Amino acid sequence: MNSSQALFEYLQRLADDRLVLGHRISEWCGHGPILEEDIALSNIALDLIGHASSLLEYAGHVEGKNRDADRLAYWRGVREYRNLKMVELPNGDFGFTMARIYLFSTYSRLLYEQLVHSTDGTLRGLSEKALKEVRYHLRHSRNWMLRLGDGTDESHRRIQQSIDDLWMYTGEFFESDEVNDMLSATGIVPDMRDLHKHWEDEVSDTLQQATLSHPDNDQHMATGGRNGIHTEHLGYLLGEMQSLTRMYPEAKW
Amino acid sequence: MEQKDNQDQWPLWEVFTQKKSGSPHEHAGSVHAPDAEMALLNARDVYSRRNETINIWVIPSEEIVASTPEDVGPFFDPANDKVYRHPQFYEVPRTVKKKTT
Repeated sequence: MNSSQALFEYLQRLADDRLVLGHRISEWCGHGPILEEDIALSNIALDLIGHASSLLEYAGHVEGKNRDADRLAYWRGVREYRNLKMVELPNGDFGFTMARIYLFSTYSRLLYEQLVHSTDGTLRGLSEKALKEVRYHLRHSRNWMLRLGDGTDESHRRIQQSIDDLWMYTGEFFESDEVNDMLSATGIVPDMRDLHKHWEDEVSDTLQQATLSHPDNDQHMATGGRNGIHTEHLGYLLGEMQSLTRMYPEAKW
Repeated sequence: MEQKDNQDQWPLWEVFTQKKSGSPHEHAGSVHAPDAEMALLNARDVYSRRNETINIWVIPSEEIVASTPEDVGPFFDPANDKVYRHPQFYEVPRTVKKKTT
């Protein structure tokens, strides 16, 4: 694989994480527990889909086969999607959704803080804009971690369960393969190992403040998303997300 | 309107937003939130989506002290017929005008 192919791979990974997570969060629209949260979740979903859109547009450009963002989003299948398994899981309850946004946004913020120094100018620009929005997602979700964790018996029990259930999917955040190696050699992307340490410190700190117990790090971690191996959930998600385009391929907005 | 039972609603907060530096904060509406930090975030999400905002104030609605409809007469009517309180009421003498240009 050459460096263009590696970059195309990498951009899909970044984009698919945000597209799939954005889609999941958008499922809350109209179903939020309270008006203000309904709007907050919809805002977060839109931000993420916006990032995905820019990343896919750039990915198509790097690939050089005339595929634009829409083409990539709506016409790739499950095995071509490169997102983490965590983001395709069903939303669960409000706490599960928030815990997922929290864990992902902590990782995402750390990643963007490195990508704003990327030797790739386009990636740098995209990251500068996205970083501001992710900081906000992190603030919002972290607030909820603290309030649900250090809340009532019920909220504490539920959010602890959510963190326990999500933990096995956190290993995938920091996986590194030849794509990463090739791109970090030229300063396009950062080394994932540094990120892992910072992420662990921040999350441990939050869990402690939220009076939550830290799940065992020594457990089986899910893997495969970066290579197109997904849970049974992604198929249904894409089936719904891509349904309109597939029914009316020539449709124009 | 009857007071709703407080136990099934978060406290209500009034939101004031500022468009640009130096401008007054304007009342934008209200949000429900469990505490000040969430009120600020909710206000940002609900009221700064579409317009330029550089600053937000939130305050628990119950902290606002307001005049009542019954106050309108004693509070505000007396000002209506005291035209001498307006600067425009006074004619500035020509010589003073020259000095101030």
